[in-house]
Amino acid sequence: MKRTIITVVGKDTVGIIAKVCTYLAQNGINILDISQTIVQGYLNMMMIVDIGAMSKQFGDMADELAALGEEIGVIIKCQKEEIFDKMHRI
Amino acid sequence: MINFYEVNETNKMIEKENLDVRTITMGISLLDCIDSDLEKLKANIYNKIYESAKDLVATGEEISREFGIPIVNKRISVTPIALIGGAACKTVEDFASIAKTLDEVAIKVGVNFIGGYSALVCKGMTPADELLIRSIPLALSTTEKVCSSVNLGSTKTGINMDAVKLMGEVIKETAEYTKENDSLGCAKLVVFCNAPDDNPFMAGAFHGVTEADRIINVGVSGPGVVKTALEKVRGENFEVLCETIKKTAFKVTRVGQLVAQEASKMLNVPFGIVDLSLAPTPAVGDSVADILCEIGLEYAGAPGTTAALALLNDQVKKGGVMASSYVGGLSGAFIPVSEDQGMIDAVVAGALTLEKLEAMTCVCSVGLDMIAVPGDTKASTLSGIIADEMAIGMVNQKTTAVRIIPVIGKSVGETVEFGGLLGYAPIMPVNPFSCEAFVNRGGRIPAPIHSFKN
Repeated sequence: MKRTIITVVGKDTVGIIAKVCTYLAQNGINILDISQTIVQGYLNMMMIVDIGAMSKQFGDMADELAALGEEIGVIIKCQKEEIFDKMHRI
Repeated sequence: MINFYEVNETNKMIEKENLDVRTITMGISLLDCIDSDLEKLKANIYNKIYESAKDLVATGEEISREFGIPIVNKRISVTPIALIGGAACKTVEDFASIAKTLDEVAIKVGVNFIGGYSALVCKGMTPADELLIRSIPLALSTTEKVCSSVNLGSTKTGINMDAVKLMGEVIKETAEYTKENDSLGCAKLVVFCNAPDDNPFMAGAFHGVTEADRIINVGVSGPGVVKTALEKVRGENFEVLCETIKKTAFKVTRVGQLVAQEASKMLNVPFGIVDLSLAPTPAVGDSVADILCEIGLEYAGAPGTTAALALLNDQVKKGGVMASSYVGGLSGAFIPVSEDQGMIDAVVAGALTLEKLEAMTCVCSVGLDMIAVPGDTKASTLSGIIADEMAIGMVNQKTTAVRIIPVIGKSVGETVEFGGLLGYAPIMPVNPFSCEAFVNRGGRIPAPIHSFKN
């Protein structure tokens, strides 16, 4: 399993999760956990996904998700789990 | 599993508080390039560096993308050139032509600086060392990416005062050679006492002779992250303050450790050290001086500054060593003037003087850094300032350095603009009294008594 964290931040609108999840499904990326908050119309979502079976290079996926975010009007970031693990776990 | 809050905290550090990895520096040994034929030597150097570092920049960018953390600089440090060029170089022009080769290969592989145009003369100078030192003005005025450093003293050997005197003159000459660019050459030239072999930061990076053939060293940064963390503990006591700095330094250094390990794996080059320095930039919110203000000072330089800096430096080290298996380099808080907006403001406000900076260097990680002084400052005065700083390093068994820029044609009250990461600086006044007779004595200052530990 290769875990990656996807974060989506921006103004809430219809279909954000649907579009992101569609992209993930099409590329063989399995969602392990989703959490989100909406404060004053702004969405802050975090997904933990498994990219072990993904057909693409990590960089390409990150670029495509960022482009998808631009289309919807939100910022989508994709980071390998290790950076969070290293920083917050001893 | 990682939670929502932790992910947000990390990303806030990166996006809003300027958390970044300041540099991945590849150390490359040039000892196997030595040849008595200058052209052959230069070809060897070019090929070795190119073959070793051709993927460095691309790898840095890939790691940056995978973890979503900026890696600002990719750099190279090499074996001190005085050792490498000794057999082939007979004139200052010969040495400067090696600097040209370093510059060319640095541009070719896309790194932003290459360090190691250096000589280690803490006890004495060989003819090659002296020739290299005398070639520094020419080398720095004819290259763009090359950085130069000279180790003038150490706790074990004392201070080489002949070299200190010479460096005063060389700094002055470098300023003259690059006066068209506000004496920019001096910003790429630093002198040390107790220079570390594995420093990834410029201008002082070189690849020590005791190091492996190639090595990856990483320098982290994050003054903005510490400043923001401290905003939440305003008015609390020193225990809380220190604990907060320590925890933050841990988090920042862990990122450096991760990046260093990844880079080492991807480039198939052993991991050397993480340098856990708090390195500021001229960007707003990326300032060490702002941390000192957050600790409780009106400006950096106010009474209490040395104590505040001492505790900051110590807590950064304590948090950092826990986060990395190998810590090295300079590791502490940097206090450059031109590269730190809060320090610049303090100088302009009249809160921070050269003398207070000198006191601060007793407890920070390096020394007098990126300080602009009037262009008519005498070479002997520069040597005197250097000697003072070297003495602090020698007696306190720590690294100290001087990177001072006598800006030709400018005087106190004016400002000099270096651009980019080097920032801008107000010209600071220098004590006008002479130390010429002291500097002209010649010879060396013996090692202090506490260096005899055998």
